[in-house]
Amino acid sequence: MATAKAKPMKIKNSTSTTVFYIICYVLIGLITLACLLPFIMLVSGSFTSEHAIRFGGYSLLPREFTTEAYQLIFKTPMAVIKAYGVSIFITVAGTAAGLILTTMTAYVISRKDFKYRNALSFFFYFTTLFNGGMVCTYIFYIQYLHLKDSYWALILPAMFNVFYLLIMRTFVSSIPMALIESAKIDGAGEFRTFFSIVLPLLKSGMATIGLFLALGYWNDWYNAMLYINSEDKYPLQYMLYSLLQKTQAMAAIASQANVQLTDIPTNSLKLAMAVVATGPIILVYPFVQKYFVKGVTIGSVKG
Amino acid sequence: MERKGVTMGKHLSNFTKEVKKNKALFIMAAPAVLLVLVFAYLPMSGLIVAFKNYRYDLGVFGSDWNGLANFAYLFQSGTGWLITKNTILYNLLNLVTSQLLAVLIAIFITEMNSKIFKKVSQSIIFLPYFISWVIVGVFVYNIFNYETGILNNLLASAGVDPVNVYSMPGVWPWIICVFNSWKWCGYNSVIYIAAITGVDSQIYEAASIDGANIFKRIRYITIPSIKPTVVTMLLLQVGRILRGDFEMFYQIVGNNGQLFDATDVIDTYVFRSLLQNSNIGMTAAASFYQSVLCFVIIMVVNTVIKHIDEEYALF
Repeated sequence: MATAKAKPMKIKNSTSTTVFYIICYVLIGLITLACLLPFIMLVSGSFTSEHAIRFGGYSLLPREFTTEAYQLIFKTPMAVIKAYGVSIFITVAGTAAGLILTTMTAYVISRKDFKYRNALSFFFYFTTLFNGGMVCTYIFYIQYLHLKDSYWALILPAMFNVFYLLIMRTFVSSIPMALIESAKIDGAGEFRTFFSIVLPLLKSGMATIGLFLALGYWNDWYNAMLYINSEDKYPLQYMLYSLLQKTQAMAAIASQANVQLTDIPTNSLKLAMAVVATGPIILVYPFVQKYFVKGVTIGSVKG
Repeated sequence: MERKGVTMGKHLSNFTKEVKKNKALFIMAAPAVLLVLVFAYLPMSGLIVAFKNYRYDLGVFGSDWNGLANFAYLFQSGTGWLITKNTILYNLLNLVTSQLLAVLIAIFITEMNSKIFKKVSQSIIFLPYFISWVIVGVFVYNIFNYETGILNNLLASAGVDPVNVYSMPGVWPWIICVFNSWKWCGYNSVIYIAAITGVDSQIYEAASIDGANIFKRIRYITIPSIKPTVVTMLLLQVGRILRGDFEMFYQIVGNNGQLFDATDVIDTYVFRSLLQNSNIGMTAAASFYQSVLCFVIIMVVNTVIKHIDEEYALF
C-alpha cells in the first residue's frame, strides 16, 4: 500500500494544521464507514428473523437472531451447489485460458524483433475505440455463433481484454531482452524460451491479471442474462438476481392481495443468498488486494 | 497498376519472410487474434442492421434496406434525444463527483500519519469495487424500499411519514451518483495515491524546512503531481461520454417504468428493446449512433489534446 511520505516535522503544529488533520481523519473515517456499513447490514439482515425485518426493518445488529434463511437455502442445496459449480467452472476455465492468451500475446507485442508488433497492438487497441455495440453483438452471437444457452457465451467474450494486455505488456517489458536472446543462443526454441524462461519471471504479472479475470468471471451476470435460458446453467450472481426478481414480484402480488407472506423468509433469504454469493470474494480479499492495487496502478499509466 | 502489383508482391514476400523467421510468435498471437476477430470485429458487420428493416428469419444480410428510416423514427419519437441527454448528463455528473471524491480521498489518505488507520481505511474504501452490481442493487433496495427500507425506518423513528422513493424520479440522479462514487472512489483513489507517492519525499521535506505548511504543500506539490493523472482520467471518461454504465443503471433502477424518463440511458434503452424484440432496426440505429459518435468524440478529443500538449494525448 501507500508508503508513508515525508515524516512529519517536529515543529509545533499551527491551529489550521490541527483542524486539517481533524477534518482529514473524520472525513476518511466517514467514507470508510459508508463503504463498510452496507456489508454489515447485509450480514446482520441475513441472520435476522423475517418477523423482525418486516415490522422493524433492517438494523446494524440482528434483533432476533436466526439462521432460518440459511437453513432454507441449504435444505434444498442442489440449486446453490449447481450455481456455485457453474461459477467456479467458468471462473477457472476462463481465467486459465485468458491468462495464457494474454501472456502469450503480451510477449509477442513486446518482442522488438517482431516486425508486426505495432500493427498487432493497434488491431487490439482499436476495439477499445470502436465496437459494434450491444445490438450487433447480441444478434451476431446468437444468430451466427449460436451461443444461446451455451457455456461458451459465459466464457469466450470475457476471455481477452485489451486493458489487461497493456498491463501484462508492462510486466513483460521489465524482463531484459538479453535474457531471451541468450536463451536462444543456447539453443532453446521460441516456445521453450517462453515457457521456461519468460513465464517464471511473470509470476506476479500473472497473479495480477489472473485475479482481475477471475473477479470479472465471478461477478458476471450480464452475459448470463443475455444468453442463458436454462436455470441449471445460471452462474451464482445471475441466480441471485433472478431470485431477487422472483421475491420482489411475490411481495408485490402478496401486498396487492393483502396476504401475509411470513411463512417464507423472503427478505432474509435474499440477503443470505447475497452473502453466499459474495462470501468467497470477501474471504480472499485481504490476501489478494495488493495484486489489484498493483494492476490498477500500472493500468493507469498509459502504455 | 503494375507498380501497385509490385509493391503488393513485396509486402507479401516480406510477410512470408517474417512468418518464416518468427513462426512461433505468429502461433502465440494467433488465438487472441482469432478471438478478437470473431468476438469483436465480425459483430461490427451487424452495424448495417441500423439501415435495414431487420427480420430475424432473413438475418442481418438478407433483410431489406430502408435507408435512414430507423434514425428518423428514433429521433422523431423523442426517445433519441431523451436518452442522449440522460446519458451525457449522468456521465458528466458521475465523472465530476467520483473523480473529485477520489482525489480528495487520495490527498487525505497520503497525509495521514497513522499507518494502521491509513491501511485499514484504504482497504475498506477499495472493497466496493470487488462486489457485483447485483449486490449493490440489493443494498439500494434495502435502503429505499417502502415497507422495510432503512430510510423509512429512520424516518419513522424520527416521527416523519415514510416516503416512496421509487415514485420520485427527481432524486434518482443523485442516488445513482452516490452509488457510482461509492463503488469507484476506492479504485480511482488507488490511482491517485500511486501518483502522489511517486513524488520524491525529499521535495516535501525541503518544502517543510522552508516553512511551507500543509496547505501549501498540497497546493504546490501534491496537486501539480497528480494533474497529469487527473487529465488522463478525465479524457478517458470523456471518450466514453455516450456510453452508459449498463450494469449500474440496470441493477439500481431495474425495470421500474416510473423512473425511465429520469434514468433511461442509451444502453438500458437498447437492452430493453432488444429483449422485448420491439423494432430491432430502431434499436440498432441507437446503438450505431452511439458507437460512431463515441468514436468521433474520442478521435476529436485526442487530436485537439495533441495540438495543445502532446504529453496528454491518449494515443
